[in-house]
Amino acid sequence: MAELSQTVDMKERLSPALTTGRTPSYHDVTEAVSIVSEVATHRNWYIALAITSSITGMMGLMIAYLVATGVGVWGNNGPVGWGWDITNFVFWIGIGHAGTLISAILFLFRQKWRTSINRFAEAMTLFAVACAAVYPGIHVGRPWRAYWLFPIPNEFLDLWQNFRSPLLWDVFAVSTYGTVSALFWYVGLIPDLATIRDRATTTGRQIAYGIASLGWRGSATHWKHYEKAYMILAGLSTPLVLSVHTIVSFDFAVSIVPGWHTTIFPPYFVAGAIFSGFAMVVTLMVIARWIYKVEHLVTITHLDNMNKVILATGTIVGYAYATEMFISWYSGNPYEKYAFMNRAMGPYAWAYWTMVSCNVISPQFFWFRSLRRNLPFMFVISIVVNIGMWFERFVIIATSLHRDYLPSAWGYFRPTFVDICTFFGTFGLFLTLFVFFTRFLPIIAMSEVKGMLSATAHEKHYLDEAVAASEGKEHVGAAH
Amino acid sequence: MAEKPSIHGLVADFDSPERLMGAIKAARKAGYSKMEAYTPFPIHGIDDAMGAKQSNLGYFVVCGGAVGMTIAILLQWWTGAVAYPLVIAGKPFFSFEPSIPIIFELTVLFSAFVAVFGMIAMNGLPRLYHPIFNYSGHKAITDDRFVLIIEASDREFDATATRDFLAAQGADKLELIEA
Repeated sequence: MAELSQTVDMKERLSPALTTGRTPSYHDVTEAVSIVSEVATHRNWYIALAITSSITGMMGLMIAYLVATGVGVWGNNGPVGWGWDITNFVFWIGIGHAGTLISAILFLFRQKWRTSINRFAEAMTLFAVACAAVYPGIHVGRPWRAYWLFPIPNEFLDLWQNFRSPLLWDVFAVSTYGTVSALFWYVGLIPDLATIRDRATTTGRQIAYGIASLGWRGSATHWKHYEKAYMILAGLSTPLVLSVHTIVSFDFAVSIVPGWHTTIFPPYFVAGAIFSGFAMVVTLMVIARWIYKVEHLVTITHLDNMNKVILATGTIVGYAYATEMFISWYSGNPYEKYAFMNRAMGPYAWAYWTMVSCNVISPQFFWFRSLRRNLPFMFVISIVVNIGMWFERFVIIATSLHRDYLPSAWGYFRPTFVDICTFFGTFGLFLTLFVFFTRFLPIIAMSEVKGMLSATAHEKHYLDEAVAASEGKEHVGAAH
Repeated sequence: MAEKPSIHGLVADFDSPERLMGAIKAARKAGYSKMEAYTPFPIHGIDDAMGAKQSNLGYFVVCGGAVGMTIAILLQWWTGAVAYPLVIAGKPFFSFEPSIPIIFELTVLFSAFVAVFGMIAMNGLPRLYHPIFNYSGHKAITDDRFVLIIEASDREFDATATRDFLAAQGADKLELIEA
């Protein structure tokens, strides 16, 4: 009997509610997802685009002003040489990490619930990396020379980059990450673009989606190579995503600035990145599933699972803060100790405690199942978490730099309106890209969801048989 | 050499992956070998059923990764120790420890390029025309139909006998398509 009830329990665990209500047919999935890009453009879409692209335009103006005038228009000044530029860069790169985690790591762990959110999360990765990429180019002082970041032979100077510097590792890590994420995303899109191509009713759509889907036919041979490529990309992206924020943290940890020079940075940055990225996925998903009416495919269980990840990574981040504090005392290094006392009780204490309350306290509400499944509540918490994670980067950068060893070199960083408007503008860029993505591309990986529906049906059938067989055995036992 | 047949093959259209798999297994048993299946999503075990070999994309990816790794080592050694040797903080011109991040990144980058473009090339894409597009119902393949083609070049192929055979497997629709 015990064995039997375990089997039934396992059935529940093997097939968590991927969808709600009646199990959709394959055609229902195609219909629900493709229709988004096929209906006539809604007036609200133009309104949304007008708003987001104006914000992006403002960012463009701010950058033009910066380039024309110089970095002096930012609040960066000795001793705080890294201000909002690097804070925002690290913030955006971190957001991207959840997308890769969902698309690659959860794929390798066979977490089926990822299928209906992975496309969306991967898009978020790409757009976040695009926002992050705004900063390294413009913060170098002479943006028209930004290509010097890459090892391109330059005859008239005959110089090469310093490959021993973590800043150069960062260039390679971020550009590799952006490229591989784009490739991974595109590979996943090919079969779905073919679906939209085959449903196209106008020649224009046929040609556009036809070119984008490369003539995909869905033959068994195609799928064979495709699945292999997908598996390899997942395998490559997994260590890659861990390496990216590790290397970003090296920008700080490899230096000898008290407050930066710590070995805990790589794991702590990676956990924080996943934490903020999942929060961003929740923020966007709560809105998108409602606007595009895919609540039956992106269920409350998906959001619940993501909130569990937020809880877990948020707790890791809290643990890392505690460890940092402990080590600053335990190391016996007076500069280390001062840096951390100053962080928590100095002029930036307000930022430090904002960070702690947003990142450590707010996710703890997710211990309660009812709160994890409460849409307005999780929406608010997900935004609070991202505010907290932005402050984390700001605290790390500003508090470690603003008091140099000599009190004569002390200062206090204040952002200028150019800093603020540029950062606000990156949200415009992020959302503009999303507005285009959700309009023209399938926001849910149709072929993957169909494959999962088929596998689930198959599994149910198999387990039903197993249950029937064990029941039969009991009957036989009883007869004896 | 027989001249190229003007008929590409016989299409059998099924409504579920289970039916398609059943038909593939039966067709193999009946001695057919030149067949191809078209499905809206990958179906587990279909390659074994059709007797297809595993994808060897992985070997190419390993080679791509090795190339990336070599380039990363040579780039960092040559620029740092040969072309532009500069003492920075008393560090050696070239050593492995600080080179590891870039070695790792370029290995991953090259592997990923080979995985994606290798997959596209091995699938013969991009391709504008294929006989399957002559099948009247081919547009439903990327939606919810499961299609099996037995090619006319198969030794066992016979327009009437193959049609009867596939009809017996539960196909909803049968159609001869042109090459």
